Amino acid sequence: MSAVSEKFGAYSTWRRAISPTGNTGDAVFRFLMLLVALLMVGIVLAMVIALASESMPSLRQFGFSFLTSRDWNPVKGEFGALPFLWGTIASSIIALLISVPFSIGIAIFLVEQAPRYIARPVGFLVELLAAIPSVVYGVWGIFVLAPILRNYVEPGLAKWFSWIPLFSGSITGYGLLTGGIILAIMVTPIISAVVRDVLAAVPGSQREAALALGATKWEMIRVVLVNGMPGITGAVILGLGRALGETMAVTMVIGNRPEISFSLFEPSYTIASAIANEFTEATGDLYLSALVELGLILFLVTFVVNGFARLLVWNVTRQTGGVGRAA
Amino acid sequence: MANSDRMRRATSTLMTTLTGLCTLLAVSALLVILFYIAWQGIGSLNIQFLTDRPRPIGEGGGVGNAIVGSLVLLLISAGIGLPLGICVGVYLSEIGRGKLSHAVRFIVDTLTGIPSIVTGVFVYAIMVVPMKHFSALAGGVALALIMIPIVARTTEEMLKLVPHSMREGALALGAPQWRVTLGVVIPAAASGIATGAMLAIARISGETAPLLFTAFGSRFFPESLNQPIASLTVQIYNYAISPYDEWHAQAWAATLVLMTLVLGINIMVRFLTRSRLR
Repeated sequence: MSAVSEKFGAYSTWRRAISPTGNTGDAVFRFLMLLVALLMVGIVLAMVIALASESMPSLRQFGFSFLTSRDWNPVKGEFGALPFLWGTIASSIIALLISVPFSIGIAIFLVEQAPRYIARPVGFLVELLAAIPSVVYGVWGIFVLAPILRNYVEPGLAKWFSWIPLFSGSITGYGLLTGGIILAIMVTPIISAVVRDVLAAVPGSQREAALALGATKWEMIRVVLVNGMPGITGAVILGLGRALGETMAVTMVIGNRPEISFSLFEPSYTIASAIANEFTEATGDLYLSALVELGLILFLVTFVVNGFARLLVWNVTRQTGGVGRAA
Repeated sequence: MANSDRMRRATSTLMTTLTGLCTLLAVSALLVILFYIAWQGIGSLNIQFLTDRPRPIGEGGGVGNAIVGSLVLLLISAGIGLPLGICVGVYLSEIGRGKLSHAVRFIVDTLTGIPSIVTGVFVYAIMVVPMKHFSALAGGVALALIMIPIVARTTEEMLKLVPHSMREGALALGAPQWRVTLGVVIPAAASGIATGAMLAIARISGETAPLLFTAFGSRFFPESLNQPIASLTVQIYNYAISPYDEWHAQAWAATLVLMTLVLGINIMVRFLTRSRLR
């Protein structure tokens, strides 16, 4: 050992840091891999810088009021992001309200109830839902879901619940409800896959203890759910991050009108769909930079949301040595 | 006492049945979507549709140029994304230790979560604006950026499955680390890495949002990487939001083509890796 460290003494400090073995080939190899890894960090930094610098005209012109103004009128040069923030958050919340119970139900079924020969193929089918491209959900939404909602579901809801503001307004089939349902179908496989990993990471002794105390199957499952709660929260937030940034399917069914309405039936607009719809048509630097600023907001929000979710999921799956495969 | 016991059992049965119903509903949603696409799409699918380029309303036309365009975009993005992604995976599994590797892993994971439309805006800012026009190259770079983190994480996981004894054996024979990694560890994990690459390709072949203002779209067959290029997904989007029934029918048929590609890769990977994955 001492001979090795004497040999190392001839190398400069940075050289030792990059190649503990003292082999030139290793130094080159490790340096190249490190360079590519740092490139990833560089890409994220470059994203922030590029988005920020392209949105400068809009940042200068509107400042903080960009977030609080509800006027989006490109012709008059007025740009306020509030309608998009509202549409993005509202559609994502609707999606989570629908998909979270379903996802947890699916995960419980696959981990706690189904025998292996059912859980494997069924789990794969649910994962396939996540493989369907966004634009395909959009096509399906336009031609199948929206007409069904317009002709059957929304008139029914309006008839019985029109005294609730949520279910009032004109019925077009394109709006928050349609967008929310499509999003729900899209995030369900993502949330359920992570919850499945989280539940599988709960130690079997917890289940045995609950059953030994006389718990029914469901009471035992509740114990497991309580144990996995941080991970489940992480999974839900991961789904939220996905829903916030989902573009094509939402753009095709949400109606694309920058208005704030509490009705589920009225058209709305999300940040992502505004960029998708208007970016190539944007005339003038201010219009374009307002759209880029929307992108910057979306980037920062999803970065924070995803980072938070990963920390929660990591903490759960790392303790048991499992790998968050689905995430 | 007996009554509350009955209640507990009833609740248990009810809830466990409900979880089964949730799963049934999700699976039937998948089947309904797939069969509907097949049913709607099969009618407009023929040789002309697969080989011709778009024509004005009433003259038929097809998505041949979009299929070629999508393949070109996939080739560009795989050419950039696969080597970089694999290198990052090698760094995370074989080289990185301590805080820096945690930071890189965190960055890679968050890159996965960045909405693809934002990636599109980024590539627009760094490539389309300086070059002053949309191009296939910009579209390929946007897709590569989406691909890299996916490939990196699957590569890392596959490399970590390689037993330590293999590395130690090679090191004990006097091989330096780079030869151990390139000659022993990566070949041992090659099929897993290939699987990850296939899934990443399936994922980006369905991407639309990052192509809208990078590759843009075109009504002609591609001639140069420096020009806008058509893609299957953008074509589907444009046809689906158009007001013409004929284009709607073509959108369904193009959707069927896209789904065959994407699900085909997914199902193939599943059967190839049945023994390795859970």
